[in-house]
Amino acid sequence: MIEGKNIWKSFGQDTILERLNFKVEKGEFVTLVGASGCGKSTLLNMLLGTSTPTKGKLLLDGEAIPDQPNADRGIVFQHYSVFPHMTVLENVVATRGFQKNGVTGYLFGSAKKKAVGEAKSMLEQVGLKHVFNKYPSDLSGGMRQRLAIAQTLLANPRVLLLDEPFGALDPGIRAEMHELVLSLWKEHQLTVFMVTHDLKEGFYLGTRLWVLDKIRLDPTFHNAYGANITYDLPVGQTDSELYQGIKSDLNKTLAVMP
Amino acid sequence: MKRLTIYKPKSSTHIFLGMLPFVLLLLVYMGGSSARLADNPNDKLLPSFSTMGDAVKRVAMEPSKRTGEYVLWSDTASSLKRLGFGLSIAALIGLVLGIMTGALPVFSSALTPLITVISLVPPLALLPILFIVVGLGEVSKVALITIGIAPMIARDISRRAQEIPDQQLVKALTLGANSMQIILRVYLPQLLPHLFNSIRLAMGAAWLFLIAAEAIASTDGLGYRIFLVRRYLSMDLILPYVAWITLLAFIIDWLLIKLNQKLFPWFEAVGKS
Repeated sequence: MIEGKNIWKSFGQDTILERLNFKVEKGEFVTLVGASGCGKSTLLNMLLGTSTPTKGKLLLDGEAIPDQPNADRGIVFQHYSVFPHMTVLENVVATRGFQKNGVTGYLFGSAKKKAVGEAKSMLEQVGLKHVFNKYPSDLSGGMRQRLAIAQTLLANPRVLLLDEPFGALDPGIRAEMHELVLSLWKEHQLTVFMVTHDLKEGFYLGTRLWVLDKIRLDPTFHNAYGANITYDLPVGQTDSELYQGIKSDLNKTLAVMP
Repeated sequence: MKRLTIYKPKSSTHIFLGMLPFVLLLLVYMGGSSARLADNPNDKLLPSFSTMGDAVKRVAMEPSKRTGEYVLWSDTASSLKRLGFGLSIAALIGLVLGIMTGALPVFSSALTPLITVISLVPPLALLPILFIVVGLGEVSKVALITIGIAPMIARDISRRAQEIPDQQLVKALTLGANSMQIILRVYLPQLLPHLFNSIRLAMGAAWLFLIAAEAIASTDGLGYRIFLVRRYLSMDLILPYVAWITLLAFIIDWLLIKLNQKLFPWFEAVGKS
């Protein structure tokens, strides 16, 4: 469970976020929308650990979120999310190598064999069966994001963070990626936070939609007041039992998918 | 007629245009040479190609009367050995320092000012110090090349390391990587192709230091030879030596390009995107 308690974030005089309070249960799929500059990415970075709240507490299962990225939280960025010098397969095998507590992160013998097997089945799940030996630069934008997702999921993170992952993709490809993310979310029972600037995407994907916006706006100094969660909408109908809710949301979501 | 800014020559024209200046230079040289030789058959300034050919034959195919060595080849071997050692050591030092300062802010704080200052010292000004400290032997020449090149490479690699997108580093952390793994698996492989390019750029300076060091204190080497025969105005040997040095530089550069493409097939595409 992730909990925010009266979180503020400011850079010098600029207040980006103020008085943020939230609770997110395991298995929820939260999408964050809002105008640029309203702290979507700032909030995601705090969840990721590359940024810390100026005031307040951000808790993961009751403990403060570490102030640097680690294997608890997986991330898929819009760009540069995979390693360009590794082939598709090596990119995913690297996940297992990094998990091993060694100096080089290279795997040998049976450990390597096992990792390669796992990587291959993960790549098949995301639809990258035929490009194991290609380099990311040979892939299309959509395929690169599939690779980034496979790489992240193999690390089995407790929280999956998506930072405008499909922002640079064509609409058709984006719809395919939505389908993929929803099916993986269901299968791996992930907790997901996704930042998007596409309100429609925010509405149709996930179980919960957050709109970040400034409640008070100073017309001469925009960052005098920070943004807050102005809408916290369950997308579709959430049942009392979360699992059922997730399932029906999923079906609803899938039904409206183009 | 297309505008010149968008007109691109056909491939045959392209090659012809590329060769043209070389041919013109040769013709100019031959004209000048035969004109001077017609005036004075003993002229040494612009020797004919046959004289140069004789001189090359003497140094390349006949053992020296004094030492019994084939001078051109033993000179080439000594020079390339110095160049190879100097460049390799410089590349290794530059790579290690560059990665450390580029990847680890703590090391950057501690070392970047020092590297910057060292890179500003004119290496040739250090040559007398090297001669005093390590003597006139091989070490001083290799050390000159190393001192001259390593800071250049270190700074270049450091900058390249900082250009690696933060996203990749964060991603590696979220996959569970520790600092050493990130250096060895994310930084190092992506910096090696840059190291090759950096060596290529440093090659010109390396030859400069090599020839300077050989000219001042040496008993063999390409640089030693041309400065030696200068005393006898032996343009017939100096010109072929200069051409030979240029050819060697060209071949080394070409090999480095090919090796880079072979070892790092992903690199070119990444540079483009």
